[in-house]
Amino acid sequence: MQHYLARQRYLIDYTVASLLRHRSKNLGLLLVYTLVVFMLASVMLFTHSLRQEAEQLLSAAPEIVLQRLLAGRQELVPASYLEQMGRIRGVSERHGRLWGYYYDPVVRANYTVLVPRDRPLAADEIVVGAGLARSRGLGHGDFLSLRASDGRPVAFRVADTLAADSELISADLILMAEASFRDLFAIPAGYYTDLALSVRNPREVRTVAEKLTLALPDTRPILRSEILRTYATLFSWRQGIVLVLLAGALLAFVIFAWDKASGLSAEERREIGILKAVGWETADVIGMKFWEGALISLGAFLLGYLLAYLHVFYLDAGLFEPVLKGWAVLYPSFHPVPFIDGLQVATLFFFTVFPYTVATIIPIWRAATTDPDAVMR
Amino acid sequence: MLLNPAILALLGASAVASLLLLLAAGFALSVVRHWDISSGSERQLELERRTYLIATLLAYVFVAQLVALLLFVYTAESLSGQFVGAMCATGVLNVNGWGWPTLYLKIALFFAGAVWLMLNRLDNQGYDYPLVRVKYLLLLAIVPLGLAESVSQTLFFTQMNPDVITSCCGALFTPEGEGVAAELAGVAPRSALLALYGASTLLLLSGGWLLWRRSGAVWFAAAALATFSAALVAIVSAIALYIYEHPHHHCPFCILKAGYDYVGYWLYLPLFGATAFALGVGVLHPWRHIPSLRQAAAADIRRYTLLSLLLLLAFHLVAARAIWNSHLTMSGVWW
Repeated sequence: MQHYLARQRYLIDYTVASLLRHRSKNLGLLLVYTLVVFMLASVMLFTHSLRQEAEQLLSAAPEIVLQRLLAGRQELVPASYLEQMGRIRGVSERHGRLWGYYYDPVVRANYTVLVPRDRPLAADEIVVGAGLARSRGLGHGDFLSLRASDGRPVAFRVADTLAADSELISADLILMAEASFRDLFAIPAGYYTDLALSVRNPREVRTVAEKLTLALPDTRPILRSEILRTYATLFSWRQGIVLVLLAGALLAFVIFAWDKASGLSAEERREIGILKAVGWETADVIGMKFWEGALISLGAFLLGYLLAYLHVFYLDAGLFEPVLKGWAVLYPSFHPVPFIDGLQVATLFFFTVFPYTVATIIPIWRAATTDPDAVMR
Repeated sequence: MLLNPAILALLGASAVASLLLLLAAGFALSVVRHWDISSGSERQLELERRTYLIATLLAYVFVAQLVALLLFVYTAESLSGQFVGAMCATGVLNVNGWGWPTLYLKIALFFAGAVWLMLNRLDNQGYDYPLVRVKYLLLLAIVPLGLAESVSQTLFFTQMNPDVITSCCGALFTPEGEGVAAELAGVAPRSALLALYGASTLLLLSGGWLLWRRSGAVWFAAAALATFSAALVAIVSAIALYIYEHPHHHCPFCILKAGYDYVGYWLYLPLFGATAFALGVGVLHPWRHIPSLRQAAAADIRRYTLLSLLLLLAFHLVAARAIWNSHLTMSGVWW
């Protein structure tokens, strides 16, 4: 064992010295390699944190949202449905929700307007999200005028802005009182946008949803777990698409690595020839070349991953943001929470180190089996 | 199919691995047919040179397969959020008929690859490559395994249908159910642990005998296989329950989750390692009398036996620690 370790140490020693001797060639390879790892790792880290964020935000959402459908389109739900559905075992709370979208021609963006249940607001007061406050230049005490559905302008005073930490969903949010909401959108009393139900036991959610569709045939229950699953699938699908697009770059990298490894200069050939002449075996040369690849891979992997980490978590993934997050006018600025996952690292390994290694084996072998006399002659 | 990066990585890796295995198989055929160490012909020289390439290539492939096995289980685990009814890897493997075969093939490939690498290492130490034919015949047997694994994995991932409602560990690993998993869960914890300790004692004794008298390697390998099976049964029927601190949750995959400090990896890695080394000893032992290998074989067998026993010890320490630290008390029920 001791002997084995010592041998590997000498090989590494020699390899490092040899890498430093061919500095320019190896620096180029390291640079390209790092760039490949950086791109792939950025995509993975960013989508992962998006998924985390969505999960975290939805954890407070109601387990079931009930929408009424009329000719396949969503309709307002009469408040009487709350009584009509009857007492369903397992439902701990149910209430109607009022929310909608408002198109603002000034910034050409859609706002989400919502009536909060836990925050009493006066009729002329609103609370706005950070993104909206930024784009309209609103602060505490400013007025925002919205056009009601009959065309008359309604002025609201900004009572507060929402904290920036939940900006991924609250960027375009306006909170207002129920009476003003009904007045603004002309929604008759006794109607809600949809109904929300809380179910304490996650195993009962499906049964409750089944009972709801039986009791109220013109409604559609939407489960939180389904939304979560959809988000998870959507984000990993987007990530997959970006990776497929990057596959071209990866292939180019593999070809580049192959080319670098097989295009041995005459000097390097002579070096290997001399090594073999002084008693190195083919296995030793392969071992040396293995360490060369391992050192470059490790260096590029660490460097690329570190850069990606900085890019995603400190620079908010500026390069890939539009593709991975989706697109909107009032786009939330959002700071992902740093997180490293073993699965990602293993996946990344298979996307970068594995192809590199496979691409270089044959050239390495070819170099290692050259006859000393053939190259030194 | 789900366009998930880990799935893409696994599919890509297994496609490349299959390609390399096919390449190696072509070479193996010509070695088996034309190898003649006493000849100085050009073909023989070329073959001798090429063995280095193939051996290096296969070493990479088998190491990649080991990482792929871990990644496969981990991916199955992480996909569980995207299938109705799946709470851990069990549910995802149940999504279609290819999940479990892929896992079994991957495990078989891991053991076969490990044994091949040990055989290759031994053979390279003899100046006249005495085992070269044996080695490549073994490889020819491994290649179909690798191809089957690749096909099965591809079918598993491409035929994944998110609409399927799958059944997870809670439904599969219950003593009342039907099938192998239910049978495993139904084994009484007392007999499962007794079998595990019995098999381990046999392994220890045969290992000691092997180190002392240099014979009985077949028994050692057989005891290792018995220990491996007994350990898997014991994990499902007793050890996992102590980790979950729940008297009815028999799942061999949930212990891999972060919520249980990834203790599953600490259990499975030493167990798989111990079994692989013991199998290697069983395969190497018959060749110990070849003159050019006598010394190397003795050293290798001794080393692998010791490693196997050490890893077995590590497995038992982790398992015992999990049981000892558990808040689940089953005295009076099981004991």
